[in-house]
Amino acid sequence: MPEENEELLDQITSSEYKYGFVTDIESESAPKGLNENTIRFISAKKNEPDWMLEYRLKAYRHWLTMETPKWANVAFPPIDYQDIIYYSAPKQKITPNSLDEIDPELRLTFEKLGISLQEQKRLTGVAVDAVMDSVSVATTFKAELAELGIIFCSMSEAVHEHPELIRKHLGSVVPYTDNYFTALNSAVFSDGSFCYIPEGVRCPMELSTYFRINAANTGQFERTLIVAEAGSYVSYLEGCTAPMRDEHQLHAAVVEISAFEKSEVKYSTVQNWYPGNKEGIGGIYNFVTKRGICQGDHAKISWTQVETGSAITWKYPSVILKGDYSVGEFYSVAVTNNMQQADTGTKMIHIGKHTRSRIVSKGISAGKSNNSYRGLVQVGRNAVKARNFSQCDSLLLGDQCGAHTFPYIEVKNSSAIVEHEATTSKIGEDQIFYCNQRGIDTEAAVALIINGFAKEVMNQLPMEFAVEAQKLLAISLEGSVG
Amino acid sequence: MHMLSIKNLQAGLEDKPILKGINLEIKAGEVHAIMGPNGSGKSTLASVLAGRQNFEVTAGSVDFLGKDLLDMAPEERAREGIFLAFQYPVEIPGVSTTNFIKAAVNETRKHRGLEALDAVGFLKMMKEKMKLVQIDQSLLSRSLNEGFSGGEKKRNEIFQMAMLEPKLAILDETDSGLDIDALRIVANGVNQYRNKDNSFLLVTHYQRLLDYIVPDFVHVLYNGRIVKSGTKELALELEEKGYDFIKSEWALAGE
Repeated sequence: MPEENEELLDQITSSEYKYGFVTDIESESAPKGLNENTIRFISAKKNEPDWMLEYRLKAYRHWLTMETPKWANVAFPPIDYQDIIYYSAPKQKITPNSLDEIDPELRLTFEKLGISLQEQKRLTGVAVDAVMDSVSVATTFKAELAELGIIFCSMSEAVHEHPELIRKHLGSVVPYTDNYFTALNSAVFSDGSFCYIPEGVRCPMELSTYFRINAANTGQFERTLIVAEAGSYVSYLEGCTAPMRDEHQLHAAVVEISAFEKSEVKYSTVQNWYPGNKEGIGGIYNFVTKRGICQGDHAKISWTQVETGSAITWKYPSVILKGDYSVGEFYSVAVTNNMQQADTGTKMIHIGKHTRSRIVSKGISAGKSNNSYRGLVQVGRNAVKARNFSQCDSLLLGDQCGAHTFPYIEVKNSSAIVEHEATTSKIGEDQIFYCNQRGIDTEAAVALIINGFAKEVMNQLPMEFAVEAQKLLAISLEGSVG
Repeated sequence: MHMLSIKNLQAGLEDKPILKGINLEIKAGEVHAIMGPNGSGKSTLASVLAGRQNFEVTAGSVDFLGKDLLDMAPEERAREGIFLAFQYPVEIPGVSTTNFIKAAVNETRKHRGLEALDAVGFLKMMKEKMKLVQIDQSLLSRSLNEGFSGGEKKRNEIFQMAMLEPKLAILDETDSGLDIDALRIVANGVNQYRNKDNSFLLVTHYQRLLDYIVPDFVHVLYNGRIVKSGTKELALELEEKGYDFIKSEWALAGE
């Protein structure tokens, strides 16, 4: 590696994570540790009905019988689940009745993150649910959305206001028994967003949840549920950041999507949790289960993710294609730098006839990081003429990082067509020099090449976020050229 | 006016010396051709002038319009007005040729204290220059050089040259791999851009390029040194006798 590039790499990797600040706000927490009392504490804090508490306890008891999954291509010391705080809520002096009454300190925190909780200052056409640690602090545009019959609120509120919907759908796509982290999440989840689009309604604005971890030693366990009734449409976006801390923090979320006949749900994630420092100290463990089900014919679920943060990412946004002619998509850019580890991909489960899925995964590794794509394409016996196309490309920066691809294909119907393409390439000195020779410096050249590599995925992001995501990619990798 | 002044330039790859003391003066408005057999150091000279990092300069100096060229990063050299048309232009998937050139043009403009061109201004400039090399709009919306034919790549290089308006353009074997029609188009582009204020350094193995781009001076590079200089007649002599006569002359001179 030329000396200059090495210097650049040093500069950038030691540069500060932009969102690493801590908000000094008093918070109310559960004592450290996990037992049935912790769960009762959380449930009581939220004043939950009995059925909710029962659900949590069942999940907890099931969790006790399970073990941490070991199959992912990531390595980390055992997590001490008794050393985590499972509930932490920023204390607001009064319960805000309107957005104007939110604690200024909280408002400022989100402003610093570029999220305005004042509707008049909003990003055009985006409604936001802002979640800090374990609770939702504000949701914008609720009234406007309600006029169309759209429900967009925090999960805690939904449990009280729309119990029939929650009881019907919560856990219907991702049962608590699904895996270790879903059981844990189902037991202790504290907030998240609920979104319901009634039949035939096209949601007029982007819905967005912004997750922020603030308190130390705290885990964040949020729960998102999206229900799109027949013929409806919604585009949903989540973003996340956390302060720089020396301890690892656990983020174990569950997202469920139910899409009925002819509905379409587009779910985009820009994940920028604190990745830890250059030596791998600190950073978020991002162990997330995301799954959608196309319940009805011609339904469509599309996942787009830009993953740049977290010390470890373990997530596979999946689609169960149950309805005939339903469509599942997965577009992913996963960036790892320094000591980051990512094992991410998708599952496309074809059950209905003529179901189609498309997977485009772009992995970018730099530093000493490890980046794995893991994906399953499963075609069931009755999935006549199912089609899948998968493309997995890896780009390496430097010679100390790793890129891995683990595609699994199971086909039980002979009329199905499944295609898989994979490439691995390195940013070449030739490419950099070519750019340099045209007056483009190395930093800008890397950004250009990376964005070109990831373009197919970036194009899937809602316009408002594409530019931001492009910048994020460049920042995550600046200077890591070899 | 002096454009480029190379004095005793020595450079190599790792421990292997390739350029062993190059001396060359190029004035504004002049076209110089560097010819020589394979392995004589022609492309190395082009790369060293453009600032490719794997070559190490061990001695000598290069003055470009009063500035120490060797002291500048490759992108600075480019912004100051050095352009290299690559022998093997690289592909950058996902980056459209138009966007790439726009980034390059605006970097150079910024360096020269000019405002960045907006989409309209840039498109207008592009339309004008496209005529120079008969390049098609559809080619420019494709990923940079990806899937381009050899001729399209070379035309794209000359198109970029026209867009960037360099003071000194170095063409590294731009004629290699071109059929006669493509060669004519490329040469025509160069000739239209040629004027009293800018200079060219043509690196070539064959004389035929010089039928279309007539040089003011021809230099023969052999074994890392310029061993013979002359006018365009020298190129014809080389064509007739082959490089062997240079080699034998050089052998007689005692190396």
